[in-house]
Amino acid sequence: MLKYLSWALFAIALIVLPQIFTSILSVSILNQMCIAIVFALSYNMLLGQGGMLSFGHAVYFGLGGFMAVHALLAIENEEMMFSVTLIPLVGGLFGLCAALFIGSFSTHKAGTVFAMISLGVGELIAASSLILVSFFGGEAGISADRTFGPPFFGFDFAQNIEVYYLAAAWLFLATVCMYLFTQTPAGRMANAVRDNPERAEFIGYSARRVRFISFIFSGFFAGIAGGLFALNYEILTEQNLNAVTSGNVLLMAYIGGLGFFIGPMVGAVVLTLINSVLSNYTDLWLLYLGLMFVLTVMFLPRGLTGFLMMHRTPWHLGKLHLLAKPYAITAVPSAIFVLALVAIIEMSHSNAPTFNFLGIALNPDSFISWGALLIIATLAFVALRKTLPSLRDAWDTANTIDTKPQERT
Amino acid sequence: MIEVLVFATLNGLVTGLLLFMLASGLTLIFSMMGVLNFAHASFYMLGAYFAYSISLYLGFWPALIVAPVLVGLLGALIERYGLRRVHKSGHVAELIFTFGLAFLIEEAVQFFWGRATKDYRSPDLLDFPLFTLFGQNFPAYKAFMIFISIAIFIGLYFVLTRTRIGIIIQAAITHPHTVANLGHNVPLIFMAVFGVGTGLAGLAGVIAGPVLTTFPGMAVVLGSIVFVIVVIGGLGSLAGALVASLLIGLLQSYAIASDVGMPDLLAWLGVSFERDHPLNDIWRLTLPQVAPILPYLLLVLVLIFRPSGLFGKRES
Amino acid sequence: MRVIPLLTLAWTLSVASLANAQDPIRIAFIDPQSGTFAATGETGYLQLKFAADYFYNDHGGVLGGRPIEVIALDNKNSAADSQQQLRRAISEGIQIVYSGNGSAVASALSTAIERHNRRNPDQRVIFMNYAAVDPILTGADCSFWHFRFDAHSDTKMDVMTSHIAANPDISKVYIIGQDYSFGKAVGDAAISMLAAKRPDIEVVGNELHPIGQVKDFTPYVTKIVSSGADAIITGNWGGDMVALGRAITDAGLDVPIYTFYAAYDGITATLGEAGKNRIRLVHNDYANPVTSEERIAFTRAFKAQYPHKDVTQPRLATSLKMLVNAMEETGGTDPYQLALAMEDMRVTNMTGEEVWMRGEDHQSFQPLYVSVHTDENVVFDADNSGFGLVTEFRVPAEDTITESSCKMNRPQQ
Repeated sequence: MLKYLSWALFAIALIVLPQIFTSILSVSILNQMCIAIVFALSYNMLLGQGGMLSFGHAVYFGLGGFMAVHALLAIENEEMMFSVTLIPLVGGLFGLCAALFIGSFSTHKAGTVFAMISLGVGELIAASSLILVSFFGGEAGISADRTFGPPFFGFDFAQNIEVYYLAAAWLFLATVCMYLFTQTPAGRMANAVRDNPERAEFIGYSARRVRFISFIFSGFFAGIAGGLFALNYEILTEQNLNAVTSGNVLLMAYIGGLGFFIGPMVGAVVLTLINSVLSNYTDLWLLYLGLMFVLTVMFLPRGLTGFLMMHRTPWHLGKLHLLAKPYAITAVPSAIFVLALVAIIEMSHSNAPTFNFLGIALNPDSFISWGALLIIATLAFVALRKTLPSLRDAWDTANTIDTKPQERT
Repeated sequence: MIEVLVFATLNGLVTGLLLFMLASGLTLIFSMMGVLNFAHASFYMLGAYFAYSISLYLGFWPALIVAPVLVGLLGALIERYGLRRVHKSGHVAELIFTFGLAFLIEEAVQFFWGRATKDYRSPDLLDFPLFTLFGQNFPAYKAFMIFISIAIFIGLYFVLTRTRIGIIIQAAITHPHTVANLGHNVPLIFMAVFGVGTGLAGLAGVIAGPVLTTFPGMAVVLGSIVFVIVVIGGLGSLAGALVASLLIGLLQSYAIASDVGMPDLLAWLGVSFERDHPLNDIWRLTLPQVAPILPYLLLVLVLIFRPSGLFGKRES
Repeated sequence: MRVIPLLTLAWTLSVASLANAQDPIRIAFIDPQSGTFAATGETGYLQLKFAADYFYNDHGGVLGGRPIEVIALDNKNSAADSQQQLRRAISEGIQIVYSGNGSAVASALSTAIERHNRRNPDQRVIFMNYAAVDPILTGADCSFWHFRFDAHSDTKMDVMTSHIAANPDISKVYIIGQDYSFGKAVGDAAISMLAAKRPDIEVVGNELHPIGQVKDFTPYVTKIVSSGADAIITGNWGGDMVALGRAITDAGLDVPIYTFYAAYDGITATLGEAGKNRIRLVHNDYANPVTSEERIAFTRAFKAQYPHKDVTQPRLATSLKMLVNAMEETGGTDPYQLALAMEDMRVTNMTGEEVWMRGEDHQSFQPLYVSVHTDENVVFDADNSGFGLVTEFRVPAEDTITESSCKMNRPQQ
């Protein structure tokens, strides 16, 4: 019941969000999120569910996207005639073909060998994309107009909002399919092979075959994401299949949390927001992103979703409220510490004579501004350290079943 | 033609030996800890930037000593407080940690030193042509690079095979638990190896910075190539790393120096295509054009046909 | 559910403000502000911002007191992010977009703007291209909304080859470039133009190398040396330019190197003494010795505010001048009216030369210069290195005019 409810909520959110956030920009960000979610989920089929660490997943995204642009061009030149609503499928099928070919040799082994092959293939394809100009368009990429297809119930997809609803529909469909995949024997076996390939082999499954199946489906959904990208931006370039895009999807999946189906979705949403919102406030957003990533790996190995899921036990025990106060107490010095640190970083980077931070005018050349910030940061850090033991105690209490005898029979 | 061959060989040797300095550290770290350090080239970049800053005040020669030591110390600290923490979560987490570290170091370098290329120069002492052959100079500095790299190889080889600490390290590579049971402090050895490995990368950066230019993208340019070398040579094999480094260095250098390409092949085969053939780009391809992607091609081929690498004994 | 507050934030950011008489005229500067190419994007932004303050805002603004506000939007040097930032700019009601770093990005942006303006006639924007030089932008892919303030690469190559042709000592030329559209265009243009101007010059090499991938250019230099070339032409920029220049000088190869982008943002300082009198640059911004009082005052004022930056693109000020003239002429900021007003406009730039914006293809024409990298007679150096550019060859504007190949699709009001 809860399951159906959450799917319904997901669908409603997809429909309602662009009605709340109506500006061109927010619709565009939502569109970006749809693409990122499909892409990150497809990546999680490899890493989270299949235990295959890939450094070249953008290959399938990009190849699918390029094929989708070629399909759009074919529609534009009236060589083919079909609705642009099917463009993501074109991308998906091409991603699948690419994965069939590359997976046939790369999935023999998991672990480091797989990771290295994916890296090599990724670099190869990214480099060839600049050489094979007729298909990839070189540096400039290829561009096509999405509005030339036959209208779909009166929509010609000239406006971003129309494209958003198309992307949202595909997102919903793809998410359902990927979720159902985890429930199939193939999906279950992918987990088994990830955790212990030998045992999986003992009960009669070929680990290689299981990996191969996950791999081609993952390529398919990555291709769908590429097709959605082609519809949204109407252009694909080399950047869409190079190492940076591959690294980005790894970041999304990891920060969101690999162990949970919803993890990569959370990661995709958070990273898209960072990418499009934070980058407007500071040129140093990549620095913060790097810091955030490293800290996540160090302190939240199960990602943001993993952190939220840690609270399941206290919730079931009905003790979640016990954590509210310690969290609030720790949050105050943490926030001050982070803000002071950000102020220090930004101020040392600023080349203007005065520097405004949260409405406070600071002077990068003055000893007082620096000293004050350093003192605040230090004090906040000390205070933060002081609050940690009580938080830990509260956490332990919240996670323990009361020793008081329960009414059990 | 002969002059091209001679200089291509010399260039390949310089690049190959430089790559080896990076690959040797990476191999050491991998053999010990099972971690492929994605941030290895970032430590190389840090070496160049540290040396640049130090050379502004003290000159090149002190920087040659101090910068690698600083990089090594930083590496040891990162191992102690970062990597060791992540170790619990498994190898994938470790790999991802070093991946994030590479990202972070690149941003940090841009933050501290800015985005423009730095004017980091070779010392005046070595600023003369060692010899002139067929009208082209061979800078003394490049000979110095070759000398340092070979010295490092000999030094490493000696330490690993002839000293007590080297024996312990070798033992810890294959049997970490036995070594720990014998009373050796394995975490300390790990930290030291990581420090030395990153220090070597830093040293490579110090000597390569003046030649390959010091800019924030220098790690990315070299990063995945070093990976390729370690994998091709065989994970955990120092000799394999040396052979693969030289192989890649010479391969790229000869490929660039060559003047052949698809047009020659087609002419030889007696085939010709129109200019508007859909695969026209392929038919016009030349070997120098694809030189930089040859290592990746080699990597994929090696991994398919010999996953343990040229000299490797194990796969992962 | 932690998403909601962030989205609210995104939404509040994007709500367009209502225009009123004293509201600033906002310009979106869409260029890289982070990542590898950030240095050039940042310098461009500071120059445009400074020019807006120096010429207009400090004198009471334009259109009866409205200040010009330049907003830097980071496109991360990517076509997709440029579109994202374009949508942001449109969301905020911005009607003027500047961009220039990278022809790939500029052409993506030009296409995106053309489509957007066609689909949303009530939210049109105008595109001021201050640096992207691919001929196609004012040729086959020309757009009514796109205006280019730099000479395109074929014109620059024309000037470069004329300079080479005038030097009787040059008989063998080696061309090396990055393996992408611009690098190839440079090579093709150089070959055909040299053949026309000096058939006796032999092109002894036309090499393409992967962009941003080459660690060491020495192997290439070996080929150049063995080819016996006595001049080198390259379209390289950024790290590839620095590394190539270094490898050439390290090998002791003493021949002139003709470039488009071998100056500023750390490149001049890095080339330093080794590149002296060897490196030549074709550009449309007159370099040292600066004689124009206006230019001297502007550069001094800029350096006073940003001591670590240089005035690398005075044409940004020229483009702003044209834009403001068009605003005053039409009494507003409607992109369609502005575009019409800028067609065939002539203004005088800071150096005192006339700049003409051709109406047929929206390509600007002005004198072009060949300058040499040196430390003699340099008043305004680059990178505070003592080295800089000294102009030694001027081609008048009328000699740079080529026929337009643009078939422009002219929209209706």
